[in-house]
Amino acid sequence: MSVAEAPEERAAAEPESEAWQPKIVAFCCNWCSYAGADLAGTSRLHYPATVRVVRVPCSGRVNPRFVIRAFQRGADGVLVAGCHPGDCHYSTGNYYARRRFLLARRLLEYMGIDPERFWVKWISGSEGPKFAEVIREMSAAISALGPNRKAREEE
Amino acid sequence: MPRVGVFICWCGSNIAGTVDIARVVEAVAEMPQVVHVEDNKYTCSEPGQASIRKAVSDHRLDRVVVAACSPRMHENTFRKTIAAAGLNPYLLEVANLREQCSWVHEDKEAATVKAIDLVRMAVAKVCRHVPLFTSQSPVTKRAVVIGGGIAGIQAALDIADAGHEVVLVERTPSLGGHMAQLDKTFPTLDCSACILTPKMVEVAQHPKITIYAYSEVEKVDGYVGNFTVTIRRKARSVDETRCTGCGVCMTRCPSNVPNEFDVGLGKRKAIYVPFPQAVPNKATIDREHCIYYQRGRCRICERVCEAKAIVFDQPDELIEVQAGAIVAATGYAQFDHSVYGEYGYGQYPDVITGLEFERLVCASGPTEGKIKRPSDGRIPETVVFIKCVGSRDENKGVSYCSRTCCMYTAKHAILTREKIPGSRVYIFYMDVRTAGKGYEEFYRRATEEYGARYVRGRVSRIYPKGGRLVVVGEDTILGRKAVVEADMVVLAAAMVPQPDAGAIARTLGVSYDQDGFLTEAHPKLRPVETNTAGVFLAGACQGPKDIPDTVAQASAAASKAAALLCREALETEAMIASVDESRCSGCLWCEAVCPYKAITAKTITERVRGKNVSRTVAEVNKSLCHGCGACTVACRDGAMNLLGFTNQQILAEVEAVCL
Repeated sequence: MSVAEAPEERAAAEPESEAWQPKIVAFCCNWCSYAGADLAGTSRLHYPATVRVVRVPCSGRVNPRFVIRAFQRGADGVLVAGCHPGDCHYSTGNYYARRRFLLARRLLEYMGIDPERFWVKWISGSEGPKFAEVIREMSAAISALGPNRKAREEE
Repeated sequence: MPRVGVFICWCGSNIAGTVDIARVVEAVAEMPQVVHVEDNKYTCSEPGQASIRKAVSDHRLDRVVVAACSPRMHENTFRKTIAAAGLNPYLLEVANLREQCSWVHEDKEAATVKAIDLVRMAVAKVCRHVPLFTSQSPVTKRAVVIGGGIAGIQAALDIADAGHEVVLVERTPSLGGHMAQLDKTFPTLDCSACILTPKMVEVAQHPKITIYAYSEVEKVDGYVGNFTVTIRRKARSVDETRCTGCGVCMTRCPSNVPNEFDVGLGKRKAIYVPFPQAVPNKATIDREHCIYYQRGRCRICERVCEAKAIVFDQPDELIEVQAGAIVAATGYAQFDHSVYGEYGYGQYPDVITGLEFERLVCASGPTEGKIKRPSDGRIPETVVFIKCVGSRDENKGVSYCSRTCCMYTAKHAILTREKIPGSRVYIFYMDVRTAGKGYEEFYRRATEEYGARYVRGRVSRIYPKGGRLVVVGEDTILGRKAVVEADMVVLAAAMVPQPDAGAIARTLGVSYDQDGFLTEAHPKLRPVETNTAGVFLAGACQGPKDIPDTVAQASAAASKAAALLCREALETEAMIASVDESRCSGCLWCEAVCPYKAITAKTITERVRGKNVSRTVAEVNKSLCHGCGACTVACRDGAMNLLGFTNQQILAEVEAVCL
């Protein structure tokens, strides 16, 4: 079960405003997923403006602490996207990423952040439609979870 | 305090149609580090770039953000622009307002808010940029080619013809490889030796090529452009400079040894030249089988050698070669079919492999080209060929298709029918795969013109009966049992990696796949390069290949190597890993995850409380690092960082998003 979103907490999140939109931080590898996001653009595929892409050379460059920092600062969802396994530009980076983020999900759960807020997807440079679809799906899923308040630092 | 200039591009209406540029300009002007902001219709146009250059000098900007299209499009353009304005080109950040904002959103309000966020991220990152520099490393204009089969020969010739020195290393006493053992080649049926041996001679006579036969690469140090290759020249017990290859020693040597060149079907002497056209044509003493080395007396060869070339106490010699590029052309081995009980565990002498059949049918082979049964020398009347022996069998063999067997089996069928009048040929197969120029036509000739009988099905058992072999299989097309009494069975054994392919890969620092073939850098786009810069692949060491594909790949590898050797110096990447030695604990986890072997241990000495203390830290080789950043995450001390994508920069971007 989801540790993060007890029902009363969700109720407390309500006054955030009717038009609340989730904020998703996406770490995209330069060679596949960032190119896939660009292709979604050149193909004029529309998706919600909930995502902000941070360009990294490789999904293996993404330190789990970047993910945790995003949640601490109030991101509602975090996506790490890289090349498909076997297609890494640097040959093995996404394998390390895959192992690391399996563990990171457990860590998030331990911290009380719903691991469903954290997605890892493999999106190639030719998969513009997949990028758009992932963002649409993720926006819907995170909207359903409501705002992330659990790890947010007190202001 | 950094002085950031932000240039927001309309891209005609591409960005301005969805994003309210005026509002973005207003919001950006509020950002504390931003001292100048302007918008242009087309920032990438010459007037747009000119206005960046002007603003850099007018406002004394030390960092620039361009909010326009994807950095994959114009990052380099703008780097050049600011370099022309006197800034370090890496003090630039591009915010992607087009592909990842205006083109994918319809809601103008949301797109404008997002655009402001994207610029804020870029400003946060650019403030943490530092000037980055590339450096130069020189290139040694020499290539080492490992393996003297057709792949290595072709690669060596092409590189040498491009004007570079080549050192060709071959493990056996002669160049030639597997191709020298073949009889005819599909689909043209021209004689293998007739097309190969002229190339071997060409290599031997080429002024730019040095051949080290009967030698092995022992160690490879260094990096692209600057390899040091240690080669062990195994002792031939023959002085190569004196031996004339006359062959008198071979006629007098008393010991008989199974001949590897004939796949054990014939005999050779302990002192031998593997085959008549060998290059170099020098004798070699096989110490394992030489009577003198085993029992301490004989030395007949020494007495009969007029050139006085025999040197019994010759030692192995280690030589070091400096090279800029390495081509691995180490070839393949044949699958050992003795794991198959149904084919007799390799115990029946008349069940042979395709390569053995090549030697039987070859005029220079042990039977002088007459197809004879190894058991009794009789000429077979019925020959059964079984394809996919080891190939496409995940349980006992390998999962892949060996690609050459369909074609050489069709060739064997044609040769059998040609050489033995009245013979019958049966071929048990799973599929017939003939993708190649003229291949399908060749296969059809085998069936239609030469009457080879193709039976679709596997063989379940072979057993001897009265001096013949009974082959029991099934015919899946007719749905019944197929039993053939044969005189000889030829197995199309799979092509597998050399038994020591893993060791070769480790020596070269390249990776190998689950089957043991060396792995190319990208299966489609970089088929002859490896992940280790400067090491290229040619031929069957990378995967099963026939001769045309091998030659094509060898020439491709040679052109890549030559392109590298043509350069005076290599420019290293600017965005690479860097170590903060004061934080590094020397655990070297980074070394383990680095796919390019760019990280090594280094000992540093520092003064601690008045004493000199030595400790280990990681060191990044600038020529080898590709800037993937895997090491930065493996580092538990936070000592490893990636220039251009530092931890601080990525975290600053994250914080700028989450404001």
